[in-house]
Amino acid sequence: MRMVIGARYDASLGRSDTDPPAKVLPARRPGEALAAVALTGPATVLLLILFILPVAAIVAIALTDWQFGTTSLHFVGLTNFEGIFADEAFVASLRNTLVYVSIVMPGTVLGGLAIALLIESGSTLRDFYRAIHFLPFMATLAAMAIVWEALLHPTIGLVNSTFAAVGLPTANWLRDEATVLPVLAVIGIWQNLGFAMVLFLAGLKSIPQDLYDAADIDGADRWLDRLMTVTLPMLGPVAMFVVIVVALRAFEVFDTVQILTRGGPGHASEVLLHTLYRESFEFLRAGYGAAITVVFLVIAVTLTLIQARLIDKRVHYQ
Amino acid sequence: MAAISLDRLSKDYGGPPVLDAVSLDIEDGEFLTLLGPSGCGKSTLLRIIAGLEAQDSGNVVIGGLAVDGLRPKQRGVAMVFQSYALYPHMTVAANMALPLKMRRLSPLQRLPIVGRLLAGTQAKVRQIEEDVRQTASALEIEHVLGRRPGELSGGQRQRVAVGRAMVRRPSVFLMDEPLSNLDAKLRVTMRAEIKQLHRRLGVTFVYVTHDQAEAMTLSDRVAVMLDGKLRQVGRPLEIYADPAERRVAEFIGSPKITMVEARVGEGGGIHVGGHMLAIETGRQPGSSVVLGIRPEAFTPVASGGRGELLAGRVRLVEHLGSDLYLHLDAEGQAEPVIARLDAERAPHVAAGEQIHLAVRAERVLLFAPEGQRIRTYADRRPPAAVVDTNVAARRGHAR
Repeated sequence: MRMVIGARYDASLGRSDTDPPAKVLPARRPGEALAAVALTGPATVLLLILFILPVAAIVAIALTDWQFGTTSLHFVGLTNFEGIFADEAFVASLRNTLVYVSIVMPGTVLGGLAIALLIESGSTLRDFYRAIHFLPFMATLAAMAIVWEALLHPTIGLVNSTFAAVGLPTANWLRDEATVLPVLAVIGIWQNLGFAMVLFLAGLKSIPQDLYDAADIDGADRWLDRLMTVTLPMLGPVAMFVVIVVALRAFEVFDTVQILTRGGPGHASEVLLHTLYRESFEFLRAGYGAAITVVFLVIAVTLTLIQARLIDKRVHYQ
Repeated sequence: MAAISLDRLSKDYGGPPVLDAVSLDIEDGEFLTLLGPSGCGKSTLLRIIAGLEAQDSGNVVIGGLAVDGLRPKQRGVAMVFQSYALYPHMTVAANMALPLKMRRLSPLQRLPIVGRLLAGTQAKVRQIEEDVRQTASALEIEHVLGRRPGELSGGQRQRVAVGRAMVRRPSVFLMDEPLSNLDAKLRVTMRAEIKQLHRRLGVTFVYVTHDQAEAMTLSDRVAVMLDGKLRQVGRPLEIYADPAERRVAEFIGSPKITMVEARVGEGGGIHVGGHMLAIETGRQPGSSVVLGIRPEAFTPVASGGRGELLAGRVRLVEHLGSDLYLHLDAEGQAEPVIARLDAERAPHVAAGEQIHLAVRAERVLLFAPEGQRIRTYADRRPPAAVVDTNVAARRGHAR
């Protein structure tokens, strides 16, 4: 491999092909290798410290019975994994997380796309609309969760007062097993909508005007035809990215659950990260928590791999 | 029938006018080129004809029908874009089928799955596929029908863009710098193909370019645009040999025409460089004129030789095989003068040497200081190659 690269490099410098490359290469090699190490070194060290070693540590801890803060631990094999899948709380949290993601992801993507299309189709107050839709994403979610708590308060909250005023049924939103997860999902959508919108707006901007002109000439000039012929297909790569990133963010839901419900009532709003936090830092069962982390990692890595594959192969047109 | 008639079209974007009262009649089946430097408004004019942009004032008539306010698809025009504007997510076949689908299928029939089940869709879709195949085979791109534009070469993309325009048999073809993204060699090939396409289809072509060679070789008539105004409309040779004003003369022709300031002398001739050129100007003695001399109009002479116009030091000699370009710094000229000489008959000169150039009076183009052309006696008797009885009938002169 190195020989080939070296030979090409020489050719590009204008050396004749008859020069034996072997004569030149050994002299060049140490310097090149040193430069390569120097250039990739910092990134490699950071990757090791921040990603690879912690992941290796987590996997290792997941195979032990370590209690957070203790000095002894024993290898227990896959016992922790058997334990978590037999644990009703964990299974509930996995199921809840999947339900949460399956509401938040389509809701955020479709909502963000719709808002982006609306903003892009109008010509007035664009910056204003962009800003107000992006604000929730910028705000501190912990603080916003407290505001949502006030809004959703069963007796004095604005939501129930409004519903009562117009004759809609009211509920104790965060204390009712049937409503708690959808309500958390709505807050999740509210928070991520601006993020999706900004990405879609950037995607819309990058569509060449020529394509819309061509569509006009070809007769695809009605709103829906333009959308189907040009806008949506050209947003494909952006949409794929948004779907994966929003899904990842939805899997990471924690703040709202911790502040508003603490997983309750019962296990109705227990989600993966919250279970992980509770097991590791409240019950101090670090080995058990690490096993949950491994499950979470598998999901995150799978999504990322899907993203990398799809973005490379399916939705890139060039 | 699809003659195009433009009547006093104007357009601005809040600044100086992009189009300033442009009027032009294009005949049915004619190949007309809009030629001008970038920013002269030629693309805007094309987009207004296509219906992609609206004019501020004036009218467009295509095939006897006033199309102002009509959408592009109602105007019966097809357009080839500079970027080709192919839909990157569709195959070549789907790209070419789109204009037909939009016209022949109802919105319901175009729906992805439901549409296929509706009565009549299958037959129409088969007919569309057949039409696409025929057009593709005429353009020799049948073998790439299943590929996406991203997998094609520049020349193939260009053909697909032409195919998409051609497939619905439009009566007017609009082309916006269609060759500018191709390499030089391919450009020459595609130029010939566009010319053949025009002959074969026999429909009206309006072609926008900044490339004189394209304009000269393709067109029945060339319309020269500068600063949003139509400066001259005529056959390619006419534009070159008989420019209507100084700026047209300067824009057309490569290397550039040389302009020499001069003064009308007593007795009507022109004083220049200490000599007298026998040109009848009809102007007052003492008034200024500008002589325009094409590079090929120069002949080398001995110092003080007959008709000597300029003398200067040779700055650069360019051998082009059959021709020789001499760049010289001439006395009294701000820009270098370029002379094109026959390589076999040119004297042997090298950079740094002094050379004297003469020009025959009948090869001089005369302009007033303000830029308009002064017609001399020689100009009223144009060379045979330029005489065209159709020119008058075509009413194509800039109004």
